[in-house]
Amino acid sequence: MEVVLQNLTKKFRSRDRKNPQDVIAVNDFNFKIPDGKLIGLLGPSGCGKSTTLNLISGLIKPTSGRILFGEDDVTDLPPENRGIGLVFQNYALYPHLTVKQNILFPLQNLKGKDKLSKPEMLEKAVAAAKLVQIDELMDRKPGELSGGQQQRVAIARALVKMPRVLLLDEPLSNLDARLRLQTREEIRRIQRETKITTIFVTHDQEEAMSISDMIVVMKEGVVQQIGKPQEVYDSPVNLFVAKFLGTPPINVFEGQVRDNQLFIGEDAVLDVAGVENQEVYVGIRPEGFLLKEDGPFCCSLSGVEVMGRDISVVSTNKASLNPTVRSIVGTENKINIEAASVRFELKPAKVFLFHKKTEERIDFEVRV
Amino acid sequence: MIRKKLSNSSLKGWLYLLPAILFLGAFMVYPLIDVFIYSFEEGYNSASQTYLGVGLYNYSYVLHDPYFLQAVKNTFILVIITVPLSTGIALLISVGLSSIKPLRNLLQTVYFLPYVTNTLAVGLVFMILFKKTAYSDGLINLLITWFGGKSVDFIDGPYWAKMFVLCFYTIWVVMPFKILILTSALSSVNQVYYNAAKVDGTSKFRTFMRITLPMISPMIFYLIITGFIGAFKAYSDAVALFGTDLNAAEMNTIVGYVYDMLYGDSGGYPSYASAAAILLFAIVLTITCINLLISKKNVHY
Repeated sequence: MEVVLQNLTKKFRSRDRKNPQDVIAVNDFNFKIPDGKLIGLLGPSGCGKSTTLNLISGLIKPTSGRILFGEDDVTDLPPENRGIGLVFQNYALYPHLTVKQNILFPLQNLKGKDKLSKPEMLEKAVAAAKLVQIDELMDRKPGELSGGQQQRVAIARALVKMPRVLLLDEPLSNLDARLRLQTREEIRRIQRETKITTIFVTHDQEEAMSISDMIVVMKEGVVQQIGKPQEVYDSPVNLFVAKFLGTPPINVFEGQVRDNQLFIGEDAVLDVAGVENQEVYVGIRPEGFLLKEDGPFCCSLSGVEVMGRDISVVSTNKASLNPTVRSIVGTENKINIEAASVRFELKPAKVFLFHKKTEERIDFEVRV
Repeated sequence: MIRKKLSNSSLKGWLYLLPAILFLGAFMVYPLIDVFIYSFEEGYNSASQTYLGVGLYNYSYVLHDPYFLQAVKNTFILVIITVPLSTGIALLISVGLSSIKPLRNLLQTVYFLPYVTNTLAVGLVFMILFKKTAYSDGLINLLITWFGGKSVDFIDGPYWAKMFVLCFYTIWVVMPFKILILTSALSSVNQVYYNAAKVDGTSKFRTFMRITLPMISPMIFYLIITGFIGAFKAYSDAVALFGTDLNAAEMNTIVGYVYDMLYGDSGGYPSYASAAAILLFAIVLTITCINLLISKKNVHY
């Protein structure tokens, strides 16, 4: 099911009497979510991503704008008539019911012509449980399950009615690191198998990048960028998106463009054609550095972390906005740890320029 | 070494428990055992501390005493009517209170008022409501006659009328506490369960039956257990309404019977009183055990 958000806006009345301005949680959100895709809503906490999810679920009503599922306008429909499945952040499994009863619960609510016989309900519940691989645990209570198992039960309960859209609110935040990796693969697999349009919310960029078909990066209620994870990573529209995506995070410097040359400090580090002379922010991905004896960019070396797969070079630079500059280079490089400074050449594709005021990205031509 | 340490710490534990054990032993356990012994000593005289013999005569006497049977009947009617009704009505009111927003605090205070109101003041109000005096028939009778009914004497009249007043009074008195407990229990149910139910299209009634009730079942169970025990021990309410001569009013309760046997006009029979008290203890114990058994299935912690 295609999900269309048109000018979706949600304002919350301010409770603060001294500052009666409305809080805009979601501001003019426009997006057409293609059918059968897995979409990650991504942003720091308080950016309106959960509000967006709740708007789609119908648990809260938008201030203005429309929500369409395919051709149906569901803006004014209550949640139960939208055909959604929602997995809550803390799962919200009914603690007094067994796993089986929990999964059956949505089916037992069906009325009229949708009403199912008991064997039909059981069949569907077992099918949903099999899909998430918890069919062995049907008679346990949620309290007797691990976090990951509870998560699966919650997904099974959301899927048992075969919703048109599946919504997941921070699905992995309550799991430990190892389980998180496993569960996100699982969510991907379930989504692929059921082909249900799935929207999930997360503040963890790695999580969103790894499994989403598309990610939506939000900040303070405003959508910053929508696109395939790799595209967003490779060409962020502004400094915020660049900083938000990637671990280790991008290195940001103060720089100037003078005569088609990019200067960081006094080093002319890169040729940038077609950019007017101005002050800029320079973002350089950690993998954008190449160690080179006569490289143009000089930093004072403060340490080297060997990871096995690659080497992380930690250095400092006066122009850096981060306390340290972190660059990742291949293990074939030999670094003199005793040296006071280290010189780099930069990969142009991994270097982004941002406007000093607007923080929008400035395109430049790469001269070879 | 380890053993020494262990006994040392357990000694400390006993030391901390000592004050409570002493008090409970002197004022709870010892009298309880004493009452149990008295109940088998026939014709015990507390002044001379003598008795005629040992046997089951006390129980036989009490069980054949029409006043005791009347008291048992009254107590059971009171328990069976007031415990479910008061808990049910309290639940309804609490659900109502927690589903409204405006005036909630005011109404909560209003519903809690009976709990902090002086018993004498409450008695006065009930008098105005129900008692026939030379000047008026009471407010309730006024209403009954208004609608074309026949005036009833609730305080000195037929048995059912008196029982009605007693039940009404009891329910009204125990209600505030139950409402207080239930509203707090209801507000402690996480909103996320209601959201989940809403997304699944659960009807209001089903949400209440399948989610709210099980979630607050421990509190309801607590109220039912304490309600049963409290109602079995009812006495002062009957006195407040019908005066001290409850046997004549046919409104005696088991505790009232025990009291009368000890200190009442027909009193001075500690053996009979003890036997009645032990019988009451047995009844309460049985009912509580049954409650616990039922709760195993229906209460979710």
